[in-house]
Amino acid sequence: MRTTQSGFPATRRLILQGAGVVALVGLGNLPFGLVPAFAANDKYPEDAFKAKSDTDAIKALYGKTAEPSDKVKMDAPEIAENGAVVPISVSSTLPDVTSISILVAENPNALAASYVIPAGTLPSVANRLKMAKTTNVIAVVEAGGKLYSTTKEVKVTVGGCGG
Amino acid sequence: MNLRSAIQFGLAALALTAFAFGAAPSIAADTPDPVADAKAFQKYFTDRFPKLKLEDFVNGPYSMNEDMHRQWEEKEQFPPYDFGLDLGKELFSKPFKNGKSYADCFANGGIGIRQNYPYFDEKEGKVVTLELALNRCREANGEAPISYLKDDMAALTAYMAFTSRGKPFDIKIPADPRALEAYDNGKRYFYTRRGQLNFSCASCHVQNPGERIRAEILAPALGILNAMPIYRSEWGGMGTISRRFTTCNSQIRGVPLEPQSDEYRDLEYYLSYVSNGLPISGPGARP
Amino acid sequence: MASTIRVRATSSGENTEVQALIQHPMDSGYVKDAKGELIPPHFIQQLTFEYDGKAVFTADWGPAVSKDPYVKFAFKGGKKGEDLKISWVDNKGASDTTTAKIQ
Repeated sequence: MRTTQSGFPATRRLILQGAGVVALVGLGNLPFGLVPAFAANDKYPEDAFKAKSDTDAIKALYGKTAEPSDKVKMDAPEIAENGAVVPISVSSTLPDVTSISILVAENPNALAASYVIPAGTLPSVANRLKMAKTTNVIAVVEAGGKLYSTTKEVKVTVGGCGG
Repeated sequence: MNLRSAIQFGLAALALTAFAFGAAPSIAADTPDPVADAKAFQKYFTDRFPKLKLEDFVNGPYSMNEDMHRQWEEKEQFPPYDFGLDLGKELFSKPFKNGKSYADCFANGGIGIRQNYPYFDEKEGKVVTLELALNRCREANGEAPISYLKDDMAALTAYMAFTSRGKPFDIKIPADPRALEAYDNGKRYFYTRRGQLNFSCASCHVQNPGERIRAEILAPALGILNAMPIYRSEWGGMGTISRRFTTCNSQIRGVPLEPQSDEYRDLEYYLSYVSNGLPISGPGARP
Repeated sequence: MASTIRVRATSSGENTEVQALIQHPMDSGYVKDAKGELIPPHFIQQLTFEYDGKAVFTADWGPAVSKDPYVKFAFKGGKKGEDLKISWVDNKGASDTTTAKIQ
């Protein structure tokens, strides 16, 4: 969606982004074919899951880059009790959230999960992920057509009793 | 620092008086006093962790560390042992080929009795654990025994533990010298060092609860069996007391005994007895 | 055969909170078995939740989601006694579906 953020002229933003869909400013719904790269009832984002790095995965998923935002909150442990089951939850106070994705930077493939948030669903998700090692967990939220993120390092250790 | 040394010294003294350390094969002249043992055992842990309530100890490492506790709380919202538990309920009620079922082998149909296990069987003169009783039930009814370590045995004990949730451990030591001896054997096993790493159960679970062994937080020995059987993230599945005893032996690079061998049965007897009064919380989840 | 999907959907009047636990190996394809051979990837790819004929949540998962996966979310609305339909499809083409009543 190409709506304006606080005070930032939509036209300038759109021209900068090279979108050229000025007519859509202020509209609540997008006509078919002009939806964001990742919409409800979408196909499984195969390419994004095959991407290695988090930047490649985000690009494959959304076609844009995310800016850090304190309006995206992530709850993750300091030290995972076990890398196989790391409880992570993400929520956002941003309006018009359409998607939440979670990436584990140094996993073999960074994208762990991606959630479609239709209108009327709260911008919040909790899940349990695998982490191969200590690395950054990145939560990306698509809101109002833009991407926002937050990052937290979660430590993963070799279990002491695991031999 | 001082307190820890004092505790360690006190423990060493306790261990020495409890059995002749490495010297004489038999127990010292004084008769074992399980009642005093249990009291001292519980006091040691409540003194060491004054902020915890007695029942908190059944949560193992989760009651030892805030970060761990939050991860556990999250898992408990919809615990990973749910599937094992459902399977256990299904298996428990399924009749054997001869028409009988597990309920026929246990008091109260096997419901709400887990806290009474293990018990000392005076006819047999040995400790009988719940896992052992389940396989004996199968064999008595013409069914093949199942592995003690996981799968169906874990599922069945998960269900039986669940029906006893909240009930305090109520292990009895009858006035039979053999029962006292079994208790004492278990206690001796617990405090004896073994394996290449030369650890006793106490090295980790009495001397260092809440501390890390490499990167894992150690559980206190008090209440350590109350959450059994457990879904361990490490195992990606359920495991029984037998599984944990054998893997623990392997991990300190000792030779694991056969599940339900005499030493393990006696060990379970001792560990359960000294946790009398603490509630059954099984099935549980662990890292 | 019991469903692989366990679900708890609770309405608090304004919102309905949904928690789901699904029995699935979620094999990543990176783990070896006892013989030293790689266990092929086997994981849920898409999990959908429908209420009143509309998708209220879709999860696109990769193999980095934990075994016996869990997810929690909430949506506005949802009435007690109404149905919530949950389905999943994995990378081998297997699927399962269940319907749960909102409590």
